[in-house]
Amino acid sequence: MLSEFLPVLLLFGLATAFAVGSIAVSSLVGPRVPNPTKLAAYESGNEPLADVKNTRFSVKFYMVAMLFLIFDIEAVFVYPWAVVFRELGWFGLGQMVAFIGVLGVAFIYEIGRGGLEWD
Amino acid sequence: MTGLDVVFVLVGLLTAAGAVLTVTSKNLVHAALALAVTLAGIAGVFLVLHADFLALVQLVVYVGAVAVLFLFGLMLTRAPIGREALDSQNRGLALAVSGGLFVVLSTLIVLAFGDVRVDAMTGPGIDVIGIAIFAVWVLPFELLSMLLLAALIGAIVLARREDGESGEEAEVTRIEVGDPPINESDGPPAEVAGDGQAELPAGSGGGGQA
Repeated sequence: MLSEFLPVLLLFGLATAFAVGSIAVSSLVGPRVPNPTKLAAYESGNEPLADVKNTRFSVKFYMVAMLFLIFDIEAVFVYPWAVVFRELGWFGLGQMVAFIGVLGVAFIYEIGRGGLEWD
Repeated sequence: MTGLDVVFVLVGLLTAAGAVLTVTSKNLVHAALALAVTLAGIAGVFLVLHADFLALVQLVVYVGAVAVLFLFGLMLTRAPIGREALDSQNRGLALAVSGGLFVVLSTLIVLAFGDVRVDAMTGPGIDVIGIAIFAVWVLPFELLSMLLLAALIGAIVLARREDGESGEEAEVTRIEVGDPPINESDGPPAEVAGDGQAELPAGSGGGGQA
C-alpha cells in the first residue's frame, strides 16, 4: 500500500538533493565579488524603491488568495465526484452543477464588483 | 520495527520539529514556513495511515492554500516581518491551554483507536468517499457551497472599497521607506504626516512588477 508511494518519495528525495546540491555547489565553487548593486534587493531590474522590510502588500493579493482558496476547495470535491460520476448519474451531475453554480455566483459578484481589476 | 514504523517515526519527527519551530521562531515568515512543513508532515502521517485522499486534501488545501493565506495575512497587515520581539506575555496560559489540549486529544485518540494495528488498516477508497459525499451527505455538501459563497463575498466586501467611502485609498500600497527612494518619474516621495511613510503606486513595493 505505502510502497505505491515509493516513486513519490524518490521524487521528493531527488528534489531535495537537487535544491541542497545546487546551493552547496554554488557556495563552494561560485565566485564571490560583491558590490553595492549586487547586494541590493532585486526589483525586476529597477532601482529598489524602498526597504523591503516592513513592507505591506496590496490587499488585492488577498483577493487573489481567497479566490484561489475557494476554487482549491472546489477542486478537492470535484476529484471524488469524478471517480463515482457514472454511479451517481444525473443526480450527481445536478449536485455538482448546483455546487459550482453557487460558487459561480460569488465569482460573478466578484467580477461585477471589480474584484479582479487591479486599479 | 517494520518499514512502515520507520516512515511513521520519521514523518512524526519532521512534523513535531516543524511544530516546535513554528512557535519558537523569532521570524514570522520562518514561522509560517515551519507551519507549512508541519502541515505537510501531517499529510505524510495521513499517508502512513492509508488515508490517501485525506493526505491529498491536506496538501492541496492546507499546504497549498491556508499556508499561503497565512503568509498573505502577515504581508497585508502591519505584522512585523523579520526579527522582532514577538514574545507574547501569556506564556503560562498558552502552555496550560496547549498542554490541556494535548492531554485531552491524545486520551481521546488512544481511547478510540488504541487497539487498531496500523499495518492492518485500510482506509476507504476514494469511490467510497465519493458515494458518501454525493449520495448520503448531499445536503451538507450543498450547504458547503453556501459557506464558501459567504466566505468569498465577505472577502470581497472587506477588501474592496466603495466609491466615496472615507479613509485611505485602497489603490495605494503604503510602504515604510528606509533610504530615500530613487524614483525619477514621481519626484520626491510624498511624506505622510506623522508616521514617516510614503505613498507609492500599488505593486511598486510588493514585488508586483515581476
